[in-house]
Amino acid sequence: MNLHEHQAKEILGRYGVPSPAGSLVSRADAAAAAAKSLGGSSWAVKAQIHAGLRHDAGGVRLVSGTEAAATAASELLGKRLVTPQTGPSGKLVRSVYIEQAVGAARELYLAILIDRSQGRVAFLASRTGGSDIEQRAQAEPGSLRHLAVDGDHGFDLQAAAGLAADLGLEGRAASQAVEIMAALYKAFLELDASLIEINPLALTHEGSLTALDVKMVLDDNALFRHKDLAALRDVEELDPTELEAQRFALNYVHLDGNIGVMVNGAGLALATLDLLKQRGGAPADFMDIRPEASRDQVAEGFRLLLRNQDIDAILVNVYGGGILRCDTVAEGIAAACRSEGLRVPLIVRAAGTNGELARKTLMAQGVAFTPASSIGAAVASAVEAAGREAA
Amino acid sequence: MAILVDSATKVICQGFTGRQASYHMERAIAYGTQVVGGVVPGKGGSRHLGLPVFDRVADAVAATGATASAVFVPPASAAEAIIEAIDAELPLIVCVTERIPVLDMVRVKRRLEGSASRLIGPNSQGILNPGRCKIGVMPAHLERPGRVGIVSRSASLTSEVVEQVSAQRLGQSTSVGIGGDPVHGLGFVDCLELFFRDPDTDCVVLLGEIGGSEEEEAAAFLRSQRVPKPVVAYVAGLAAPTERRMGHAGTVNVFGQGGAAEKIESLRGAGVTVAESVAEIGQTVRQALKAA
Repeated sequence: MNLHEHQAKEILGRYGVPSPAGSLVSRADAAAAAAKSLGGSSWAVKAQIHAGLRHDAGGVRLVSGTEAAATAASELLGKRLVTPQTGPSGKLVRSVYIEQAVGAARELYLAILIDRSQGRVAFLASRTGGSDIEQRAQAEPGSLRHLAVDGDHGFDLQAAAGLAADLGLEGRAASQAVEIMAALYKAFLELDASLIEINPLALTHEGSLTALDVKMVLDDNALFRHKDLAALRDVEELDPTELEAQRFALNYVHLDGNIGVMVNGAGLALATLDLLKQRGGAPADFMDIRPEASRDQVAEGFRLLLRNQDIDAILVNVYGGGILRCDTVAEGIAAACRSEGLRVPLIVRAAGTNGELARKTLMAQGVAFTPASSIGAAVASAVEAAGREAA
Repeated sequence: MAILVDSATKVICQGFTGRQASYHMERAIAYGTQVVGGVVPGKGGSRHLGLPVFDRVADAVAATGATASAVFVPPASAAEAIIEAIDAELPLIVCVTERIPVLDMVRVKRRLEGSASRLIGPNSQGILNPGRCKIGVMPAHLERPGRVGIVSRSASLTSEVVEQVSAQRLGQSTSVGIGGDPVHGLGFVDCLELFFRDPDTDCVVLLGEIGGSEEEEAAAFLRSQRVPKPVVAYVAGLAAPTERRMGHAGTVNVFGQGGAAEKIESLRGAGVTVAESVAEIGQTVRQALKAA
């Protein structure tokens, strides 16, 4: 689960990680007063959306004077901001965070995350922060420092001090960096975070550190023990279809093509999308039916496909196994077709547990479909049918 | 022979009396797996599926001589269940539970270091030695005994590939699901080592997907030695974005990397034959065996 910048800063503030004074505004006419009450004469006005690279897309404005703050807020609010991470239609800006501008002598990078290959919590840090950190880390692997935290012995102050020195920090700023790392580590464990990233972490002209931008991602699988954090989820940031699918034991991601896809299992779903693309098709979605999905949940998922007006064909690729049976999927599909109507060609590949029964079920319930005996045949039929319909 | 399990493996199930556990363990017994009992705290002394139930793993091991555990415990307490099995020194722990908090798995990883146990999963379909031992939730469908080893991050994709390998009139020595989570037990490298040492495996199929760097680590491992058996790979997710969670938690990347194209390139660079598409994995295995 992603948090907004202002939420992340507020939470980290409780752990003692400093950030500039700020105020959240959702109406342009409140911006000037908000800026004034923060004090100072220049501010950053920042669009609050769940996507990175806002800066380059014009989503972060540096302004002088309360009037300029109001203008920036009115230009951002209600606008769709397109960054390389939002997709082409962008994200609607529903609030802006106004904060005191801070002059930075240097901008650093500091993050805490799960190091997957070691199965440990680790810090990543760099002497230079900025939005191109990932590319620079790939071009120049040495520029990114890595420090694994040994969970059994807790937080190692000496190793943290070493990392602070690696970042070129001295004196007061170095000890502050160690404090920030200790706070991040504590927050990471207590919040069940997957990522907390401060980018940039500014070293001010006065020689102290402050978090200029914070990204925080929480572990969805741990939200059951953090009801307070779960309540921070901004459902408006999610695609409405994706949000609906989550209620039905489905993993769904909207894509931009014209072939609706329903598959069980993440790996087989990814492989089906790849084969569609390789054979000249364009998938409209990634839909992974979770094993415990019921007939009704499959029906709800299939309705999402039937309602998508961009779809010219639907491909169902189910490998029955575990507790998921092909006939359960077929029952769900038939129920959805009865209520919504099926207006495009449907190709069904049902293998594994009760595959034959699934085909019989669909036929008995009058669903018009083309059976396919393998993933290759199913994809070929779907691409051909979608091409015919689109023409 | 095979890796990790055979017909002598004695299996207990943690969370034995749950709905999913009952369903799958009943099928495991029917398959011929030596299931010797279960563990459910508070239900010790009772019987389930005709087998004894114990309060603690240690009790179950002492009474039955179990050598493996199938963990079906719900996500909130699954890590504790795995740690209990590690403390009881069970050689093999197979965890099928999905959605375990990742920091719980970080704790489990520490406990595994230097222990007597190997962990498969979590979020794994399990391990299958055709005709001999089935621990997990995979279908017993088109598998057949043979000499191809399969190691995979995805359950449904494994079923697809088992079918393709069997259709080539080849069979499997063992198929192992390492699971779709970012932090898990055995990885590709561990399984490659085991398959290379197994005299009954002639070829290894590695089924990867976007996210993380495990395919790259497998490639580095293969580059570091003279590879004794052909390795065939497939990596799913060429057409998918890597900044989104595509079903498995492990498909998301929080920091660059993880793209399918890079993984494929890395595996090819290590001499691995990467199947051109998911529809051609069976054929690719046949050709690799012929060329070897």
